[in-house]
Amino acid sequence: MRKLKQFNTQIASEEHISPGVMACPGCGGVLAMRLILKVLGKDVIVTTCPSCNSGFAQNYTVPSVHAPFAAVASWASGIRAGLDMLGDTKTTVLAVAGDGGTFDIGIQALSAAIERNENFIFVCYDNEAYMTTGIQRSSATPLGAWTATTPVANPKGENKKRIMDIMAAHRIPYAASASIGYPEDLIYKVKRAMQIRGTRFLHVLSPCPIGWRCSQDLSVKLSRMAVESKIFPLFEIVNGLRYKVQRPQHEIPVSEYLRLQGRFSHLDAKSIDKIQHITDREWRRLLAKESTATIK
Amino acid sequence: MASSVDRTKGTYVMLSGNHAVSNAVRLSRVQVVSAYPITPQTPIVEKISEFVSSGELKARFIPAESEHSVLAAVSGASSVGARTFTATSRQGLMYMEEVVHWIGRGMLPMVMAVVDALIGAPPDNWTEQDSSLYQRDTGWMIFYCETNQEVFDTIIQAFRITEKMSVPVMVCLDGSYLSHTSEPVLVPDIALVDKYLPGRKDAIVADPKKPHRLFGPAMSQEFNAKLRRRTHEALETAAEFRKTADREFESIFGRSYDDIECYKTEDAETIVVAMSTVAGTSRFVVDRLRESGQKVGLVKVRMFRPFPGNRLVEALKNAKKVAVIDRNLSYGHGGILCMELKASLYNEKKRPTVFGYVAGICGVPITPELIMQIIADTNAKETPEEELIWMGIGKSEKVKAV
Repeated sequence: MRKLKQFNTQIASEEHISPGVMACPGCGGVLAMRLILKVLGKDVIVTTCPSCNSGFAQNYTVPSVHAPFAAVASWASGIRAGLDMLGDTKTTVLAVAGDGGTFDIGIQALSAAIERNENFIFVCYDNEAYMTTGIQRSSATPLGAWTATTPVANPKGENKKRIMDIMAAHRIPYAASASIGYPEDLIYKVKRAMQIRGTRFLHVLSPCPIGWRCSQDLSVKLSRMAVESKIFPLFEIVNGLRYKVQRPQHEIPVSEYLRLQGRFSHLDAKSIDKIQHITDREWRRLLAKESTATIK
Repeated sequence: MASSVDRTKGTYVMLSGNHAVSNAVRLSRVQVVSAYPITPQTPIVEKISEFVSSGELKARFIPAESEHSVLAAVSGASSVGARTFTATSRQGLMYMEEVVHWIGRGMLPMVMAVVDALIGAPPDNWTEQDSSLYQRDTGWMIFYCETNQEVFDTIIQAFRITEKMSVPVMVCLDGSYLSHTSEPVLVPDIALVDKYLPGRKDAIVADPKKPHRLFGPAMSQEFNAKLRRRTHEALETAAEFRKTADREFESIFGRSYDDIECYKTEDAETIVVAMSTVAGTSRFVVDRLRESGQKVGLVKVRMFRPFPGNRLVEALKNAKKVAVIDRNLSYGHGGILCMELKASLYNEKKRPTVFGYVAGICGVPITPELIMQIIADTNAKETPEEELIWMGIGKSEKVKAV
């Protein structure tokens, strides 16, 4: 936590989401956006796309524009270009998408925007399925999870798409994974992103009690457990090459994280072992990347 | 105003329709352009890229990875108040479709040039108007041009209209016949265009100083329905403002255009109704037939949305017969201009007999001879034998079940 001292990671008291939000109880997405908007302040234009965020963005007190699903990164590119041409190079442009709008339908526009190194911040709040439409699988849905389109008899048979590897392959100036379970770390990463020019990507795990079939009061706890089990490691990538991985202070087996969620309740010991094996393997790979090139 | 302006401040330049668009965009000082390559549109954005690169146009060119992203990118720029432009053709326009509706219904100012060419399959480049006419339900204002000068002037007029009325405007030109054919175009001094285009003054843009939520969902049914009515009525109002915009244009540049144009229709018994370059060829045919004493006229439809139905009813009321030439087809029904015209005429007590011809689709040439055949066919018959009359491609081979 040494680096946190470089930044003031205190949570600002001013809110940029007005009361009466239409999010479900325990929504991780709205908590993520609440924190991120607090860091960004008033001088921001947000562009959103179809997701649960479409609903709660109605309560943003900062300006926002709702873009078509596949094109939020393109819309953000246009906002940036328009502001620059009008002489405003200061206002932050923030694109917000769920995992569908990032991993699936939005990835073409996002990839192109990063390739052009468009100057905006892209936040993916990842609740690991299409939650707005009623919990259908996305390519961000983890292996073994139940969703409305991956029934218990045939749960998701594929691994979660490794979006951060895809970001790294673009040599994006800055990409970081973050969690609502670690708000100071999240705030630090938003602040760090604000200091960098070009496309910046934040991948925020955002538990969805309805879709994850868990208790509404577990969103923050599960966010922490996802990090502690190394299922969702917290790390930063600079220019796609240099890594900084945070070691969890307290480590747990994946089974502890999985068993609190109804979406995994059908898994037998063998399936859980497989998930543990894959998680360990990916963690080792991540540390190997960091050992090759570390962020100073 | 007119007296203080020197209309000779301009130069005749040989320009293809595509480069007429590029130059109009340059003189309009567009700030953000995005486009994706597609034949036959590509020369428009190649030229604009050159203008941006050389500094002749101070704009940001966003080379997006698809047309869907292209229109989203210019929309993003427009949503913060920048002057924006894009151009596309056929499959590109189809790929944009979601965003075309989004900003048409959402009323975002911008200008798009559509170089008309056929929709695949098969994916060829010849002209027909299916792709742009298919946009008639999107909330955009849509113009069809006859000459490259008209293309050039309509682009500049389109910026005036879109920025005053917050209605996006589509300017259509026929692929090949205009896009890749050079004609002399009077390119005016940029100072005149500056005078004509005062800039955007939108009530609502995305602005941190005055925060609004644009295009957000979760409103009541009634509120949404009112927005729909607003989009519809804005088109009607934009059509009214178009007249003002044209008068301003004429006072500065000395040229004028109307929603529809009546050519030798006053005593005409048979009137050809056509759009785009087909109107140009028809004009030539009307002149030839007039020389031999035939009472023939032409009504050119320049503005397709909002549809100038009342104007057409008025223009055609004294004709006995009308021959509509459609370079397009709504499969399972007929030519689109013909359908729309018939709908406008239906409630009139006195109305001409309408003959609907589909000709020239897939770029088959519409020659003066073909138009003469069409007029002869109309004159020879009391009523049309079929709703849709195919011209210029021989006899039909009946389709058999597999």
